[in-house]
Amino acid sequence: MSMELLVASAIAVLTAGGIYLCLRARTFQVVLGLTFLSYAINVFLFAMGRLVVGSPPIWSKTATTYTDPLPQALVLTAIIITFGMTALVVTLALRSYLEIGSDQVDGVADTERDEDEAHRG
Amino acid sequence: MTPFHLAMLPVLIPAIVAPLALLAMRRRRIVGVGLSVAGCLAMLAVALALFFTAQDGAVRVYALGAWPPPFGIVLVVDRLTTIMLVLAAILATLVMLHAVLTGLDRKGWHFHPMFQFQLLGLNGAFLTGDLFNLFVFFEVLLIASYGLMLHGQGAARFKAGVQYVIVNVVGSTLFLVALGMLYGLTGTLNMADMAVRVATLPPGDQGLLRAAALLLVAVFALKAALAPLHLWLPRSYAVTAPAVAALFAIMTKVGVYSIIRVVPLVFGDDAGAAAWVPAPWLLPAALVSAWLGFAGIFVARDVREQAAYATVGSTSVLIVAVSMWTQDAMAAALYYLPHSILAGASLFLIADTLDRRRGTYGCNATPSPRFRDQEGLAGLFMLAAIALAGLPPLSGFIGKLLILRTSFGYDATPWIWATILGTTLIGIIGFARTGSAIFWKGASEHGDAVCRDRSKRRGDLIAPAALLTLLAALTLGAGWVTAQTQAAAAQIFAPERYIEAVLGKGAVR
Repeated sequence: MSMELLVASAIAVLTAGGIYLCLRARTFQVVLGLTFLSYAINVFLFAMGRLVVGSPPIWSKTATTYTDPLPQALVLTAIIITFGMTALVVTLALRSYLEIGSDQVDGVADTERDEDEAHRG
Repeated sequence: MTPFHLAMLPVLIPAIVAPLALLAMRRRRIVGVGLSVAGCLAMLAVALALFFTAQDGAVRVYALGAWPPPFGIVLVVDRLTTIMLVLAAILATLVMLHAVLTGLDRKGWHFHPMFQFQLLGLNGAFLTGDLFNLFVFFEVLLIASYGLMLHGQGAARFKAGVQYVIVNVVGSTLFLVALGMLYGLTGTLNMADMAVRVATLPPGDQGLLRAAALLLVAVFALKAALAPLHLWLPRSYAVTAPAVAALFAIMTKVGVYSIIRVVPLVFGDDAGAAAWVPAPWLLPAALVSAWLGFAGIFVARDVREQAAYATVGSTSVLIVAVSMWTQDAMAAALYYLPHSILAGASLFLIADTLDRRRGTYGCNATPSPRFRDQEGLAGLFMLAAIALAGLPPLSGFIGKLLILRTSFGYDATPWIWATILGTTLIGIIGFARTGSAIFWKGASEHGDAVCRDRSKRRGDLIAPAALLTLLAALTLGAGWVTAQTQAAAAQIFAPERYIEAVLGKGAVR
C-alpha cells in the first residue's frame, strides 16, 4: 500500500509543479515545467504495467509471477524523445532570446508590455 | 505467403533518402536535391501501387520483423491508409517542386533531409496499427516540422516557433498519459487487440476508459487545430515559409486521420460504456472552429494569414462531417479531405508567389503598383478562393454539398446547415475583399508604377497551378472519387474486418 501511495503522490506532485511552471510566461520556467511533466509521465507509464517487486521481467519455467517489461521499453522511448525535445526547446529559447531580446514565451518584450500598460492606464 | 513488403516502402524510402541527401548536400548540392526529388517520386509510385492493391477491399497487414500481432508492431494497409499515402505523396512532390524552383531549399542547410523526415513521420502515422508507434511517428513528423518551420529563420519565426514547439510538446505529454491509461486498462497497444479488449473490460474500469478515450481524442484534436485548441495554428503557419506551410496543410489532417482511424475501431459500437464517447464533444467543437476559421479569413491582413485560417476552417468542416459518424457522412468527409489539403496548400503557394512579386508590399491585402503576372496570379487566387470558400464549380462546392446532403435527420442538422452556409458566405466576402485590394485597386492609385520583383527565377506558378488542376480533376472525377470514398467509409465502419486481418480469424466474437 505504501508504495502505491508514494508513487501516486510523486506523480501528482511532479505533475502539479510541471503544470504550474508550464503556465508561467518565461521560457526557462516552461522548460523546467516540461521536464517535470515528462518525469511525471515516465513514472506514470512505468506504474501502468502494475507495480510488482522482485519478479523477473522475462519468461522462465520456474517463475510464477512476472513484471511487465513493456512499460520499461515505452518509458525508454519516451525518455529519449523528451530528452531530445528538451534540448531543442532550450536551444530554441536561447536563440529566440538572442533574436528578439525577450524570454517571454509570446515573444513580447517586458519594456513593450510596460509601455503598453502605461499607454492604457 | 510472402510478407507484403510493399507496405514498408513508404517509411523506408524517406528514411534512406534523408541521410543520403544530408551527405550529398555537403559536396554536390544538385545530387542531394535530385535524391530528394527522386525520393518523392518513388514515394508517389509506391503509394499509387498500394492504392491499386487496396482496391480489392482486403485489409493487408505487415508484421514488422515477422513478430506475430499483437506482440509485434504491425503496419496496416487499407483503403483509408492508401488514400492518405497518395495525398501525402502528391502534395510532397508538388511542394518540393515549388521549393526547388523558388530556391527556398537554398535558404538553410538541411531543407531536404528534414523534408524527407517529415514524410517519414507522415507515412508512418498513416500506416501503423499500433498506438505507441503512432506516438513515435507523430514525434518524428513533429521534430522534422520544428526544423522546417524555422527554415529560413527570422525573428518572427522564432517567436512563433517557441510557442509551436511548446504546445506540441505538451500535446505529446498528454498523448503519453492517454496511452499509459489505455495500456494499464487493456494491457495492449495494438489497435485491433485493444478494440477487442475494450469490449470486455469490467464495469469498474469504464470510467477510466472513457477518460482515456477523451484525452486521446483531445490530443488528436490539438493536432487538427480544433477549437479551443486551434490557437497555435494561425500564428505559426502564417509566419513560416509558405511552401513549408503548404506541406503542413496535411499535418492537421494527420489529427483528423487519427480520429477517423481510432474512434470507430476502438471506441465504436462494440466498446460498451465507452462507445462513441468523443462524439458529443467533437461536433460542437468543429462547428465553433469552423466559424472561427472562416471569420479569420475575413479579418486576416495578408494572404498567408488567410491561408492559415482557411486551413483551420476547412479542417473543421471536415470534422463536422466526420463527427456525424455515419457511413455516408464519412464518405462525404473523405471527399472533402483531399480538397481541403490541396486547396489550402495552393493558397499558401499563391501567397508565396505574391510575396516575391510585390517587393515590400509582400502578400498584404493592400493596393500596390502593378506586378509581374498580375493577371495570371489574379486568376489563380480567384480559383483558390472559390475552392476554399466552396463555390461552384470547384470541388469545395461538391464536398460541402455532399456534407449537407448527408446531414439530414440529426438534432444538430440546423446547426450544421447554418454553419456551413454561413461560413461559406463569410469566406467569400473575406476572399473578395483581399482579392480586390491586391489585384484591382492598385492600378488606379499608383498609375504606371511597377513593383520591384524579388523573384529571380521563373516557374513559381507551376506548383500552385498544378494543385488547382488537381482540384479541377477532383471535381470532374467526382463520380469515381465518391465511389472510392464510399468504399473506404464502408471499410471504416466494418472494424471487425480490420481486427480479423490483424489478429486472425476468431478474434472477433
